[in-house]
Amino acid sequence: MRAVDAIMECLKAEGVDVVFGYPGGANLPTYDAFYDAGIHHVLVRHEAGAGHAAEGYAKATGRVGVAFGTSGPGATNLVTPIMDAMMDSVPVVFFTGQVRTELLGTDGFQEADTIGITMPAVKHSFLITDPREIPRTIHEAFHIASTGRPGPVVVDLPMDLTKADIPYEPVTDVQLPGYQPRTAGNAKQIRQAARALAAARRPVFYTGGGVISAGAHESLRELVREGGFPITSTLMGLGAYPAPDPQWLGMLGMHGTRAANYAVDEADLLVAIGCRFDDRVTGKLSEFAPRAKYIHIDVDPAEISKNIPAHIPIVGDAKLILPKLLEDYRTLDADKARMDDWWQRIHTWQDRHPLSYEPGENGEIKPQQVIQAIYNVTGGEAIISSDVGQHQMWAAQYFHYPEPRRWINSGGLGTMGFGLPAAIGAQMGMPDMLNVVVTGDGSIQMNIQELATIRQENIPVKVVILNNGYLGMVRQWQELFWQERYSQVDMHTFGGEEAFPDFVKLADAYGIRGLRLTESASLEDDLRAAFEAEGPAFIDVRVTRDEKVYPMIAPGEAARNMVG
Amino acid sequence: MVDTNELLSLDDLHAAGSVRSGRKHVLSVLVENKPGVLTRVSGLFTRRGFNIDTLSVGPTDDERISRITLTLDGASQPIDQVTKQLHKLINVLKIKDLQPAETVARELALFKVSCDPQTRSEIRELAEVFRGKIVDIGKKSIIAEITGERSKIEAFEKLVRPYGLVEMIRTGEVAISRGREET
Ligand SMILES: Cc1ncc(C[n+]2csc(CCOP(=O)(O)OP(=O)(O)O)c2C)c(N)n1
Ligand SMILES: [Mg+2]
Repeated sequence: MRAVDAIMECLKAEGVDVVFGYPGGANLPTYDAFYDAGIHHVLVRHEAGAGHAAEGYAKATGRVGVAFGTSGPGATNLVTPIMDAMMDSVPVVFFTGQVRTELLGTDGFQEADTIGITMPAVKHSFLITDPREIPRTIHEAFHIASTGRPGPVVVDLPMDLTKADIPYEPVTDVQLPGYQPRTAGNAKQIRQAARALAAARRPVFYTGGGVISAGAHESLRELVREGGFPITSTLMGLGAYPAPDPQWLGMLGMHGTRAANYAVDEADLLVAIGCRFDDRVTGKLSEFAPRAKYIHIDVDPAEISKNIPAHIPIVGDAKLILPKLLEDYRTLDADKARMDDWWQRIHTWQDRHPLSYEPGENGEIKPQQVIQAIYNVTGGEAIISSDVGQHQMWAAQYFHYPEPRRWINSGGLGTMGFGLPAAIGAQMGMPDMLNVVVTGDGSIQMNIQELATIRQENIPVKVVILNNGYLGMVRQWQELFWQERYSQVDMHTFGGEEAFPDFVKLADAYGIRGLRLTESASLEDDLRAAFEAEGPAFIDVRVTRDEKVYPMIAPGEAARNMVG
Repeated sequence: MVDTNELLSLDDLHAAGSVRSGRKHVLSVLVENKPGVLTRVSGLFTRRGFNIDTLSVGPTDDERISRITLTLDGASQPIDQVTKQLHKLINVLKIKDLQPAETVARELALFKVSCDPQTRSEIRELAEVFRGKIVDIGKKSIIAEITGERSKIEAFEKLVRPYGLVEMIRTGEVAISRGREET
């Protein structure tokens, strides 16, 4: 069998139903196999679109996403999504074409050292040197991408090897001697954690994207509900615990709620699960939860005590650990009343500092209001893919995520241009869900070419641009920390005589329904109509230009000094 | 209902990990003998800002496996972070943080020293005291080979420097644990 046909067989054996990619010289053999392999290949308009779409697919479904690109520029265009998947622990296998083996190292046409370039950005990578290795390698790649702490794996395929004839036999016994992710969690440590929880008077759960990757949200909910604990999460962890909910404090960190940040600040016990104490969460590290002891549960041992030394480290799969923790906790029969004062204090913060903004004047639309309108229109029943900037923070603050895998964004790398292609992937993976992109006038222009992909595949995503005419987040920092010296942030998409591009006309050019919303009063109805109409929509919402995201922990500051 | 404070006092919990040991560490790392593995290891060190004092690589008795011996300063970086990050590399099979008391460590160094007929014999004698060998003798220079622990090599270096050290090359330490158990 041709090696490329074996690749198709392997993909099918891995249950791959859709891939995202772009052809070129070095992966021509692979594309020949796609011609009649019976795998849905989505032709994107830029390899970054393929990579982010594969990420969106993986984030929405929990299955491995797959992206294809050619050698050289195809591979380098994939670098951003590869790094993005690394930072957010997204299981994606990237297949890159490579020049013929005889040309390797000679600066051949469209040669790039893909393995070298991507090395610090991958969980693992493979350069194929023998075509007979291809099937086994592909299964190893899927295994590595999807187990333990998930992440990106690159498979670099020299063109001549993909043309070879190989004996193909299904591979079912993947075994990697140097890779055995730990799963169960140490029973003694779990017991100790349960005792600490029972002793804590001011506990807070702080959970991250790892809970969602592990599929541990059910057990998390059970434990938190039964114990009556307050819970907050990182940007990446939204939806693991349903919002809104009486025990839910909102997100923590730089733009988290005051209740969440103050609670962490005063906690005596922090239960950190599947999270990594990122600087956007902790603010000034030495003043993060300064009174707390830490339980840290993570499948990646290197995350434990990386930034803050843990008191009770538990390495393993949260899905296996949390039920045991609950079981142990039950036997201790702890008295909930020990947390009465704590809850009272939390409620005071919640009452005093709800998320809020001034309503717009003269019918102007506030960006926060747009997110609230999307929430009201969808009732939370939508997958929200976001880009990066102020709109992203508002989408995290004002949309309440009732389930995991409903909030898809680039958290670790903060990649503008992520949202639109990610939504393509999410929609392909979850065809029956309403998919909404929340984006900015800056971000959308970073991968706007994917409107053509949407059109070609008739992918019914609803793109909502919070158009403030600015690189708003950068502008916010210039306003707050750089003496209002607004350098290179005016995007000219709103304000001034002629705003460009005209997003409505642009959508029209792609054959997609475009509309512009400027009326606060009819915003919700207009969005509803746009969401209910069939097919994709591209919605330019003109919002207050100089709105800022609040509250905020200034970089390097302590949580208790939040402003706004 | 149990008084929860009797069960465990949070004050009794102490944080572990990320400690700086303050001493030199020798890590013996078994890796798969595949292309690019050394790059992955050294790339990891660069990216995470870990400093390696010496690194040496060689084959083992199993041709599929190589051994990397690393020496690092445990005062400037938490060794547990280093080993945990190394373990995440798929090609890394086993890591041992060798305990100084239970380890035999050796390094080989070649010293090219200027000499004249008179100092030549002095240098030869020094090498003898260090159980070294003279491996090349020229008119104006002599090459000595010294094997031993780092301190021994550094001591020899100090002694020959005044004669005029033309150049010196060191392999970096290799190490193996004492006793029957495998490293
Ligand atoms: C690829 C990339 N380049 C630059 C940045 C830095 N950056 C972060 S937010 C932002 C502004 C985003 O503007 P827009 O998409 O309009 O969103 P807004 O903040 O206005 O809501 C920029 C430039 C980034 N995150 N990603
Ligand atoms: Mg903007």
